[in-house]
Amino acid sequence: MTGKALSDLWFGFGVALEPQNLMWSFFGVLIGNLIGVLPGMGALSAISILLPLTYTLHPVPAVLMLAGIYYGSQYGGAIGAILLNLPSHPPHAITCLDGYPMTRQGRGGTALGITMIASLFAASVGIIVMIFASPLLVQIAFKFGPTEIFSIMLLGLLAGATMSRGSPAKGIAMTTFGLLLGVVGTDVNSGARRFTFGFEQLSDRIELVALAMGLFGVADFLINVNRLDVVGHKVKVRLRDMRPSLAELKQAFMPMVRGTMIGTLFGALPGTGPTITTFVAYAVETKLAKDPKRFGHGALEGVASPEAASHSKTQVDFIPTMTLGIPGDAVMALLLGALMIQGLQPGPQLISQHADVFWGLIASFWIGNVLLFLLNVPLIGIWVQLLRVPYRFMYPAALFFISIGVYSTNDSLFEVGEVLVFGIVGAILMALEFPIATILLGYILGPLVEENFRRALLLSRGDLRIFVERPISAVFIGGCVLLVTLQIVFVLTRSRRQSIDALEHASAPSVAPD
Amino acid sequence: MHHLRKLPKDVWGGALMVAIGGGVVLQTELNYPIGTLQRMGPGYIPLVLGMILIATGLYIAGKAFVTGPGRAVLQARPPQWRAWALISLGIAGFVAAADYLGLVPAAFAVVFIAALGDRGNSWSSAALLALGIVVVAVVVFWWGLQVQLPLLRSPLP
Repeated sequence: MTGKALSDLWFGFGVALEPQNLMWSFFGVLIGNLIGVLPGMGALSAISILLPLTYTLHPVPAVLMLAGIYYGSQYGGAIGAILLNLPSHPPHAITCLDGYPMTRQGRGGTALGITMIASLFAASVGIIVMIFASPLLVQIAFKFGPTEIFSIMLLGLLAGATMSRGSPAKGIAMTTFGLLLGVVGTDVNSGARRFTFGFEQLSDRIELVALAMGLFGVADFLINVNRLDVVGHKVKVRLRDMRPSLAELKQAFMPMVRGTMIGTLFGALPGTGPTITTFVAYAVETKLAKDPKRFGHGALEGVASPEAASHSKTQVDFIPTMTLGIPGDAVMALLLGALMIQGLQPGPQLISQHADVFWGLIASFWIGNVLLFLLNVPLIGIWVQLLRVPYRFMYPAALFFISIGVYSTNDSLFEVGEVLVFGIVGAILMALEFPIATILLGYILGPLVEENFRRALLLSRGDLRIFVERPISAVFIGGCVLLVTLQIVFVLTRSRRQSIDALEHASAPSVAPD
Repeated sequence: MHHLRKLPKDVWGGALMVAIGGGVVLQTELNYPIGTLQRMGPGYIPLVLGMILIATGLYIAGKAFVTGPGRAVLQARPPQWRAWALISLGIAGFVAAADYLGLVPAAFAVVFIAALGDRGNSWSSAALLALGIVVVAVVVFWWGLQVQLPLLRSPLP
């Protein structure tokens, strides 16, 4: 088992180190890092904007590049959170709590250094877990029929809706809305055109890139314009500041390990968003600390643990996405969409049929994370400069990249119009405090959920009990019931205390979880 | 109308979900066969989803109506009608200009119009930014990535 995994990994390194693949991986990491640093741009916007660039590539470099963009932008987001108190990606809201106070104390460099070490460590652990867990999961996944696939998707959607952020009811509403968006287009079984409202262009589904860029690009600009003023007082970070002292390393080590474990655990659960992961990691640190009062005033543990958690979760999240075709969160859903555009159907067959993609991707994680580490040491000065790109220059330029990117997807101006519509829809929903990231999860899974549900019930002659009579499926349904029960218990016992919610909206460093 | 503004945000949010769900159910009932659980028609799933949306919308709105605005009183931020209109117009401008005039005017239009939405931009800074992006558009997208859009085209067929 171990020998097989190692030889597969060796093969993967061979693929990932091919000059062309290495180049695209490097390019993805660099661009992802760059976009992630820019104020108001997170992993989702980075991937959506750059997705069209990958269409002309072969599947292997395309996937390597997209993965590079993902963890590159994630790292870039941490820089903005620590130096400017600006969480451009929700999971980094937690990093702000202690990272920014550290910057104000002149220890921003150390915080960045620890973040880097924590991410590299956590990513390495996540990769190892992925190497050994994926083949196991594949063996189980081969036993899956439509019944099981529907049940696990239901569990993933339910977990994504209720456990990510804000009110669970709103999460369910957004997931349902996403599923409905997934329904738009021609029904495969009957050929009926659903919700196309006479637009010929909609008969072939809503375009993924248009939806993602509308929701995560244009909607953000509409919300932030004239409101996001990046003032960032003069932060200076030099190379030498970034090297943590031995005492600081020691202080950060255990939080880093704990954060990694939490991230790995949450990565294995489908549907748990990245935000909840970092929140739990932070909460655990405050509970374990001898002096919890330090948190919120520049505690190193409060940076190391959540950052480690988010990076190990990122890696582990790839397991269900690649082996089952079931994405854990919105970013994974987007990557899944990208794989499908490349003609790859994620699922248990992927590892055997496209071994180069799968093992190349795993090896490239390592190479990419090391590249990221090396890249950020000399480039940190440039990133600090980039943080000060005024929003008034950034968003118009980004709008052009969005427009041309969507157009080049299918040479269709209609889809650029879709971007505008989803941008406005997304902005309205954000203003009403709906969690819009779950829309994407619903949209991607929508057709799969429908198809498998219909097939399962066709097989059982319309008997709904099939979902609990088959053992694997029953486990997933049990998980769903547990989730819903927990939510009801929360609602009944919670005495007007919404700690996750409070943390989500907190960019003020004074707020600490209770 | 004034008292409507005092309603908690979630009442509006819930109402919006009910409206969307209602629209879906209506459209489904009118146009798509529902079928049976064993042999579902194209309308079955949308109908179920529409009803779930109505139910959650009612719950969200009802809960907010009972508990009131509660803790989450966010600082009111002034609406940015001008910026919102100009950003939307910028994208629409890209579509129109790309359709009739070509890539160069389209790139200029989206950046220039959208940039005017920010109070910090003047006419000249917006124009300068737009010109810079036009250069990127020509070099990177037209020449480098070979995007299928002529640089300039005649608006008349």
